Formats: sequence, C-alpha cells, structure tokens
Amino acid sequence: MAIEVRIPTILRSYTGGEKAVDASGDTLADLVDDLESSHPGIRERLLEGPDDGPELRRFINVYVNDEDVRFAGGLQAPVSDGDQVVILPAVAGG
Amino acid sequence: MLSIDEATYAAIVAHAKRDHPDEACGIVAGPEGSDRPVRFVPMVNAAGSPTFYEFDSTELLALYKEMWTRDEEPVVIYHSHTATEAYPSRTDIGLANEPGAHYVLVSTREHGNSDGPVEFRSYRIVDGTVTEEEVSVVSSTPEPRTGSSTG
Repeated sequence: MAIEVRIPTILRSYTGGEKAVDASGDTLADLVDDLESSHPGIRERLLEGPDDGPELRRFINVYVNDEDVRFAGGLQAPVSDGDQVVILPAVAGG
Repeated sequence: MLSIDEATYAAIVAHAKRDHPDEACGIVAGPEGSDRPVRFVPMVNAAGSPTFYEFDSTELLALYKEMWTRDEEPVVIYHSHTATEAYPSRTDIGLANEPGAHYVLVSTREHGNSDGPVEFRSYRIVDGTVTEEEVSVVSSTPEPRTGSSTG
C-alpha cells in the first residue's frame, strides 16, 4: 500500500508526465519530502518560506481524502497508506 | 484560435454582466485533447471582489474530480474585469496554471449590468508569456456521436 498523489498538469514535468504517483509518509510534510526525493524540484513548487518552517504556498491546494488540508492541520496533517492526496493549483487571478 | 459556440459565448457574457461589479469566473470543460469547450460551468467567485477572483477550494476539487470522471479538461477558463480592459493582469499571469487552457477575459467596464457589447478576448498563458488569439464564435452544433450521453 502507498499513498496516491494526484499531480496537476502544471507539475507533471516533475513526474515524467504521470498524472498520479505513489509516495509515503506520516504527515503531509513527510509526504512532500518523499515526493521531492523521487521528483526533485517539486517541493519548491508546493512550499514556501524557510526550510525549517515551510508553509504550503498560498495558491496551492492540497486535499487528503477530499479534505482541504488548510482545515486539517496543514503540513502536519496526518496521512497513511491508502489515503488519496490531490494537489490542485488555485484557479484565481485579478 | 478559440472556437466557441454562440450559446456558451452568451452564457459567459451573461454571467459577467450579472456579477458586475464583482468579477465573475468559471470554466468551459471539454473532452480531453479535443480543444472543444462544450460544458459551461459557472463558478462562485469565493473572493467576492471587483479586483480578484478565486474558485472556492472545495468546489475546485469537486469540479476537477467531475472532469476526471468524465475524461474532460478545462478548455476555457474565464473571468471578468469590471473596471479595466479584457487583458490578463500581472496576477492573472502569475497564477495561470493551466498551460493547455484558453484564458478568456471579458470586460464589463463599459456597460456593467446593462445590455450592450463587452470586450471578449482569449489568450494562452504559458510560463508567464501571454499570447492573444482569435476568437471564433460558431453557431451551436450538436455534439458528434461518440457514445451514449448521460449528461
């Protein structure tokens, strides 16, 4: 078992075109680190701020089992095998 | 070039007029790879603002899941400008994350909620580069039969 992570079009250059990849971790922060080790460069597109206190980028939405992680602990949101994680950039502008 | 049917064009314009002076936003989905905008989906502007738009995050997920189920993609992503021209703002360019989409801008600055022509323009926005494209409004035609349609 693993955690399936759905990758948006704009980030598929990091996953060799794959729409979904597997990753693992106990929290979303771990999961992002694991993604980074398999798909270097992707972390920078998801997180901002200092390395020791990163935050999810304002216009990146991440959902764990359909729940927006902003309401579920942010990067500390727990994840486990079998969960489905979806990354979607905001559709927004001025 | 963006090719869009009359009914969808009119629906986008009507939405922009209705929400003026706030920005209106939405998408037109189409079969993946087809470049045909066929399913009009107006969205709520969660920002409720005359200078900003953003899809609500929960509705955004529901929208994308529905498109994945139907093998669709956002062919058109539209929003309105209510006091400025129908050209992508710096924010629009910075946040454009669908390189395959036609970004449609409608400006309601001239007539607001009232009848009257609007600017309706379309762009590709890829890696921060904006390229305007021609908009061709075609008469509404039935969809080609490629299988049963369950709506």
